[in-house]
Amino acid sequence: MSPKKENNQKNPEELVKYFKDEFKTSIRSAEIKKRKAGSKKNETSTIWMKVEKSAFKDVIKHLVDYQFPHLPVVSGNDLGKTIELIYHFTVNYGTRMNEINLHISVDLPKSKPEIETICDLIPGALVTEREKQEMLGVKIVGIPDARKLFLPDDWPENIYPWRRDETGPEKYYKNLHEVKK
Amino acid sequence: MSSEATTKTTYHIPIGPIHPALKEPVHFEFEISGERIIDVDVKLGHVHRAVEWASRKRNPVQILYLAERICGICSYCHPIAFSLAVEAAADIEVPERAEYLRVIQGELERITSHILWAGVAAHEIGFDTVLFLTWEIREKALDLTEYLTGNRVTKGITMIGGVRRDITKDMIPRIQKDLKFFKDNFQKLAHIFLDDKTFKMRSQNCGILTKEDALKLCAVGPTTRASGVKKDVRVDTSYFAYGDLDIDYITPDKLTGKINGDVYDRIITRLLEVKQSIELIEQCIDKMPAGDIVAEPKIPKLLAQLKKVNGEGVGRHEAPRGEVIHYVKLTGEDAPYTWKVRAPTYNNILPWIPMLKGEQIADIPIVAASTDPCMSCTNRVAIVNNGKHYELNKEELHRLSVEKTRRLMR
Repeated sequence: MSPKKENNQKNPEELVKYFKDEFKTSIRSAEIKKRKAGSKKNETSTIWMKVEKSAFKDVIKHLVDYQFPHLPVVSGNDLGKTIELIYHFTVNYGTRMNEINLHISVDLPKSKPEIETICDLIPGALVTEREKQEMLGVKIVGIPDARKLFLPDDWPENIYPWRRDETGPEKYYKNLHEVKK
Repeated sequence: MSSEATTKTTYHIPIGPIHPALKEPVHFEFEISGERIIDVDVKLGHVHRAVEWASRKRNPVQILYLAERICGICSYCHPIAFSLAVEAAADIEVPERAEYLRVIQGELERITSHILWAGVAAHEIGFDTVLFLTWEIREKALDLTEYLTGNRVTKGITMIGGVRRDITKDMIPRIQKDLKFFKDNFQKLAHIFLDDKTFKMRSQNCGILTKEDALKLCAVGPTTRASGVKKDVRVDTSYFAYGDLDIDYITPDKLTGKINGDVYDRIITRLLEVKQSIELIEQCIDKMPAGDIVAEPKIPKLLAQLKKVNGEGVGRHEAPRGEVIHYVKLTGEDAPYTWKVRAPTYNNILPWIPMLKGEQIADIPIVAASTDPCMSCTNRVAIVNNGKHYELNKEELHRLSVEKTRRLMR
């Protein structure tokens, strides 16, 4: 069964081509994965795209112009020398089985983990951007509300729960099984 | 937001954060002018339990049971979304029968959750007889859950690559009997919620979320669909057996022909979804193919297989409150490198602000409840003005809400 196509909807291949044509080498990698499900083996497509930090904001701008994307969440990994942020978008929603998962990731160097806010384009990104600031210690430049989201106000400075280096939360753990020595 | 000015006509009311019976307490700070809400600020994190960190010392099968305990109502959605993410990362193919069984469990949870919500919504406006009616129906749904999974709340049904219990032929009459019970009572509930004057008075034109705001603020689930945004993971994508089934977006215009995005529309959306869920379970029972229920029944073998995986995956499932999304990165260790959980309420926080602005204090409970948050935070309210401190507890706020209903009924 081939899903119905809206006038300007792109399929995953077209979407990747659109971004590659527009941003050339700034798109470091793009991979399309398809998973089948159910008896009829209908497919859902997922695009994993890695972009240069310099082009990131522009990529999001183009995405918003294509269709206002849904941003469920931004997740992140501490990869040692860099911090990877993954913006999980979905586009083409609103028609049966046409939705594409679009995961745009961007690497930030640990020496200067800064990235521009996308709240001006997608106001709903505020909650998740605030969470990334406090959990991963990245600086979201231009964020309209820089307060903490989940962590208490008296949380120690320069400790980020999702980090895996010396700024991680290790020394604050209480290993209850070690108490009675 | 100064508090010292004596000429100031607005008040600040902090609401929350703690209600010990509920997960995810939240703290609201309202700026009030007379009875009107001028501005809202939301603070979170009072029960951040670092579940994602706890996963660093657990293997994926252990995490299933941890995920189940994220939420007491969505105790199926979280482990299943985690499974979907792991299956995507490890490229595990789920047997067809298991895909149908997963839909049945998901939809049964939706019925339980939506009916619970309907009762809470009725309670918030002081219609407690409906609360007892809905909870009677919910009790049946929980009994059916127990019959199918062995448990009423934390179901323990999910396994990576399938489910843990089959539905055999002899179980089907019992399911059909209960579905008939739900259907009969659905008519009754729909009549109460959609035709009752009191409900209409309190919910129509109250807590409006426009389509534009719903899109911009990335709202999810019935909250966004009630504002007319066609967004439902079950319809948008093909996962489980949803791709095989007859399913469409539920928006309030299906019933009333128009979309207002108010509390009433959110009630309509949820009620219609209960009906949809009943129909989906029926479709699944009809169409369910025979076969295995899990891809790899031996857990040690499954864990060994997962330990070889280097990759990342995302699992999305339409929970009763909206899309739940999990991100998992596996790096060939016992435990996943990263596990990110995003529950639907996370995205439905910002939409509260446009909903509550311009409403009255007495509308806070029903508007806040209308997104079906994982909390009913209105536990303790303190009105602070010029150093004077009044305390309003949950009962007081509830009383205000009930009084408004009575006032309108006169």
